[in-house]
Amino acid sequence: MTGPSAVATSGLAKHFGTHAAVDGIDLAVPAGGVYGFLGPNGSGKTTTIRMLLGLIRPSAGTIALLGEPIPEAARSVLPRVGSLVEGPAFHPYLSGRANLARLDAADRHADRRTSGQRIDAALDRVGLLAASGKRYRAYSLGMRQRLAIGAALLMPRDLLVLDEPTNGLDPQGTREVRALIGGLATNGTAVLVSSHLLSEVEQVCTHVGVMREGRLVAQGAVDSIRAGSPSVVEVTSADAEAAVRVLTGLGMADAQITATGARAGAGVVEPERIVATLVAAGVGVRGFQVTAPSLEDLFVSLTGEGFDVSR
Amino acid sequence: MSAAEAAHADGAGAPATAGGALTAGATAHPRTQPPIPRGAPPGALAAWLRLLGSELRLILGRRRNQMGMLVLASVPVLVALAVRATASDAEASGGGGPNFIDQVAGNGVFVALTALTVELGLFLPLAVAVLAGDAIAGEANLGTLRYLLTVPAGRTRLLAVKYTALVIAALIGVAVVVVTGIAIGGVLFGLGPVTLLSGSQISLAAGLMRVVVAGLYVTAGLAGLAAIGLFLSTLTEQPIAATIATVVASTTMFILDGITQLDWLHPWLLVHHWAAFADLFRAPVYTDAIVDGLMLAAGYVAVFLGLAWARFAGKDITS
Repeated sequence: MTGPSAVATSGLAKHFGTHAAVDGIDLAVPAGGVYGFLGPNGSGKTTTIRMLLGLIRPSAGTIALLGEPIPEAARSVLPRVGSLVEGPAFHPYLSGRANLARLDAADRHADRRTSGQRIDAALDRVGLLAASGKRYRAYSLGMRQRLAIGAALLMPRDLLVLDEPTNGLDPQGTREVRALIGGLATNGTAVLVSSHLLSEVEQVCTHVGVMREGRLVAQGAVDSIRAGSPSVVEVTSADAEAAVRVLTGLGMADAQITATGARAGAGVVEPERIVATLVAAGVGVRGFQVTAPSLEDLFVSLTGEGFDVSR
Repeated sequence: MSAAEAAHADGAGAPATAGGALTAGATAHPRTQPPIPRGAPPGALAAWLRLLGSELRLILGRRRNQMGMLVLASVPVLVALAVRATASDAEASGGGGPNFIDQVAGNGVFVALTALTVELGLFLPLAVAVLAGDAIAGEANLGTLRYLLTVPAGRTRLLAVKYTALVIAALIGVAVVVVTGIAIGGVLFGLGPVTLLSGSQISLAAGLMRVVVAGLYVTAGLAGLAAIGLFLSTLTEQPIAATIATVVASTTMFILDGITQLDWLHPWLLVHHWAAFADLFRAPVYTDAIVDGLMLAAGYVAVFLGLAWARFAGKDITS
């Protein structure tokens, strides 16, 4: 992808009184990328997203959305940005369709002649076409979430900012949202998707950033982050001590005895050679596994803690 | 299973797990969206009017507001029925305002004017206050405000649309009172040439025209209150709080207006001139109080819309 970054912030901060909700972050979402914006609840993700969308003013720092400054250029940039902020919110006594029509009417760039078509397409895309005439108050949490995602898709977008889009969705709905994000990304739309559940988004992300207590503690392309951390070799064997000796002898780091056998960092030794050496050394191998660390493991190690609520 | 086979199978196993879930995601029938013509962006005025239309549909379509209009319409009906039932005892006062009620039995047009006088005390200001509470605080409370602003509807533009819709809704409220009053008055008492407060008579058509002007004048006063309400609505995320504060504002002004020791303050009270629409039914029309009322209403609109804008344009939307 060429063109400016989808999102680029510099020293972005927001203070509420003396409390720094967001404390000087440099967010970088590449054009066309899918950026997983991760962090425990209360770590400043939603405050950051509100600043990106011009809802609240930064205390310090700058924001460029699709290459233009926010909030100054909000009027020209935001029409190209679809968003879901802190859960769905609609008029309860209007139908799903009427709620989308209201948002479409608020958009000064939307052509009223294509309104019905675009609303149908958005509803169809999130699987709500059949329920579009029902009042919003009768919608389940999952349907409400879908309607909010549909609202973000009313117009062609260059960037989608989705705050916890899988909240309240069942596993099937979560998969559909993932597929939707993947499909949008293939069409070149950049996506910033926040979540406190890494496992829900890690499969579609090209980039990730992790927030912790208002700071961006890690950020980068998924591939490079994965490449920077070695896989782990686990050997299931009755003869753990011998296995550890062999693994250490191969020059593998951190070889240690586990409940089922031995484990060590894979390093540069090919798995085939490890198994051959183990067998040649007379170690009985019942099972052998090379595990790439999950992003969650990586981030727990990066942030030092699990994905608990900050503060 | 040999160790080598196990190594191969399991070594490939870990990435395959992640890949497997991706495939599962991809098979969840991603719909390829046919490109929909974006269409030409409409002109600024057309887009503004479209949002205004949406706002009015939101107000008029809401059941609670429809009930409110029924309440507004019920007052002229009650006035007319009461006068009809006690036609001989029509000396009852119309609530301290101009005494139109004496003439009701003679001409149905005066049902509308009496009802307008009565409803200006509470029901019409309450209707404006309820809608003003919904305008910004109500959207903030539902959370729909953040979605309107990220569309982006534009803060100044949204405020302008909200205020315009409030004034139109106030006009509709006044029209409901007037039209219902003339209709029920016409049915029960008939319509005819209008006898002015000063004793002379004008034709029914000229009289109805003056009723229309009176309705517009009352709406102008309510527009001043709508500006106060809209400002209060930008201060809170609780629509009921903005509504109550607006009613407190209008009621306090009525109370202050009734305290003769404060007569130096009276010309500055928005509600002080509201009853001046009665001057339209004198011959010649007495315009001083009406002009004062219009100027004061314009001043309230300017000040409170300015405050509302100052508050709303830079406000952090955290709802």
